[in-house]
Amino acid sequence: MSAPIIEVSGISKRYRLGQIGMTSLRDDLQRLGRWLGGRPPAAVAEASRDFWALRDVSFSVAPGEVLGIIGRNGAGKSTLLKILSRITEPTAGEIKLRGRVGSLLEVGTGFHPELSGRDNIFLNGSILGMRKREIAAKFDEIVAFAEVGEFIDTPVKRYSSGMYVRLAFAIAAHLEPEILIVDEVLAVGDAQFQRKCIGRMQEISHGHGRTVLFVSHSMATIRRLCQRCVVLENGRLKGVYPVEEAIDQYNRHFGPAGLDLEVSTRPRDWGTTGEDARLLRVRCVNERGLFFGEPFAVELTLQVNKPFDALMTGFCLNTIEGQRVMTIDSDADRQTWQLQPGRYVVRIGLPRLPVSPGRYHLSISIGQGRHFADIIDGFALWEVQPGQNDFESDRGFGGCRLTSETSIRPA
Amino acid sequence: MPDPIEPPPAVTIRPTRSWVDFDWRSLVAYRDLISLLVQRDFTARYKQTVLGPLWYILNPFITTLVFTVVFSRIMGISTDGTPPMLFYLCGMLGWSYFSNVLGATSNSLAGNAGLFSKVYFPRLVPPIAATLSNLLALGVQLATFLVFYTQQLLSGAPDGIAAPGWRWLLFPLLAVHMALLGLGVGLVLSTLTAKYRDLQHIQGFLVQLWMYATPVIYPYSRIPVEWRWIAALNPMTAVIEATRWVFLGTGSVPSSTYLLSLVLTGGLLALGLIVYQRAARTFVDTV
Repeated sequence: MSAPIIEVSGISKRYRLGQIGMTSLRDDLQRLGRWLGGRPPAAVAEASRDFWALRDVSFSVAPGEVLGIIGRNGAGKSTLLKILSRITEPTAGEIKLRGRVGSLLEVGTGFHPELSGRDNIFLNGSILGMRKREIAAKFDEIVAFAEVGEFIDTPVKRYSSGMYVRLAFAIAAHLEPEILIVDEVLAVGDAQFQRKCIGRMQEISHGHGRTVLFVSHSMATIRRLCQRCVVLENGRLKGVYPVEEAIDQYNRHFGPAGLDLEVSTRPRDWGTTGEDARLLRVRCVNERGLFFGEPFAVELTLQVNKPFDALMTGFCLNTIEGQRVMTIDSDADRQTWQLQPGRYVVRIGLPRLPVSPGRYHLSISIGQGRHFADIIDGFALWEVQPGQNDFESDRGFGGCRLTSETSIRPA
Repeated sequence: MPDPIEPPPAVTIRPTRSWVDFDWRSLVAYRDLISLLVQRDFTARYKQTVLGPLWYILNPFITTLVFTVVFSRIMGISTDGTPPMLFYLCGMLGWSYFSNVLGATSNSLAGNAGLFSKVYFPRLVPPIAATLSNLLALGVQLATFLVFYTQQLLSGAPDGIAAPGWRWLLFPLLAVHMALLGLGVGLVLSTLTAKYRDLQHIQGFLVQLWMYATPVIYPYSRIPVEWRWIAALNPMTAVIEATRWVFLGTGSVPSSTYLLSLVLTGGLLALGLIVYQRAARTFVDTV
């Protein structure tokens, strides 16, 4: 076995809170004035304002490996990538890189709107660290991959956003670094292009023997691409595990905290007050979380304060962009209840959760007919995980994939 | 598969502790990026303007015209016998490249924050590219000056213009001097602006004040003798006078002043490089 291509040892990164952003000249002059006047500086314990985004993280990566990096938001994934791609310096520790690093933290970085696609390929390629003749050698391949065709000499400001993103990814994907760092880019483009990107990443790692570090929230893609995963938790390394175990660790951690929510004091939406009937709690029955293609149940606890003839409840999932992908309202099946004041638990179940893996905002409501008593819209984020043996959900089936009653007969 | 360009060097990432950490090698490795950025500046800057590159000529020309009318005709400030148009054109020839480089580099950090926070390349690349791409404006300005110079020379060679001579060959060296001074001051300002955004607004005044403190619109000889030591502390004084000496044969600055200017330039450039590199290393953490 050859020497590791990446050796991360004891990396820590400290951010100074309260000092983030630009200090204005006035603040510093005031501080100077205080200092000159012999008064102590504004009493804030410096140490308490430190925030360690990463604390003593060590691991190593073998050449040709595709390593996933997973963790919740704020776990330190982005900071780790920034240090690896030399965008910022670590506060302590050391990283040895035995190869050129190409990072793909965000596609289209450094595109100049006035320049043509052709010029931008060269400019962007060289920003990403390629030499001119390397780019020239790859030029046709990049254009073909990006599917921009005859628009190659048009200024990129006239490109559709799809073309823009495709061109950007094409450039980055044709970098020839020994180490490629990728963060969430697969969230771009249409489903077909995403599949092409995943294919390209597999090709890069398997065919060309490159090392890929891959950060994603999409467990389906992680499962498909990676052999091992680094799991980060609050800036510390939880461990480096084989992919199944890593996803399990991630899910377990992600689970209970956010899956049982007290909502009685949350702000209400759409002008509802929750006076006549009020949502108190929402809970995912499966403590491990939500899984695509597996049974799903959610329980809503409500407080009813006056008699209702036909009360109904709604439970919805919206994408982060705000698009509704699923509504389950008891009303749809004429499931309404005649209720006296009191506390009730409504259980909503599905034999098979059809919503594609991803993160969704919840919306819940209680009402009668067209009159809503209580709505809480787009709050907590729940993640739908790919099921245990799921190799289908990342193939671009849109928001939902439903089972249906299908039959065939000779026409 | 194409042959590997160069064997990948092992890179070690660790917190930098030393004061001076100057990575020439990485700048060389990114020379293609520098040249592409310079090209981009040329093509992108005037792409959507009607007059296009003509602005390179019009800008200094209009400024000179305004100077001639205001300072020479209305206020009657002496030009030491040189035809006013030529005097100001020559002064601006010395000044604009410096001030353009200063202006273009002083926003290197804040202006590239978006890029710097996404991808690594040597942080000195943008200011160096900006310094180089302003050379085009200098060239066009030089041509404009030469056209006027020839016209004056042919129309009876008034006093105060020397004939072309070997001294002209010194101008490239002067241009390097201007570039390094502009770059040095620009890098210092860029570091300060990254921390104190207020400076962005002050900078315009600063450059303007600096110009009036420099013998651009008046000759060095008009500075009272007892104040000349202050003028000597301004490294641009010697540069402007040397430009006049090169082209018109009129500049009159002691060589000790020029030497001091060189020392100050070296000092400012070193300071600029050090503080800029230090700031650039963790700059993205504060945006």
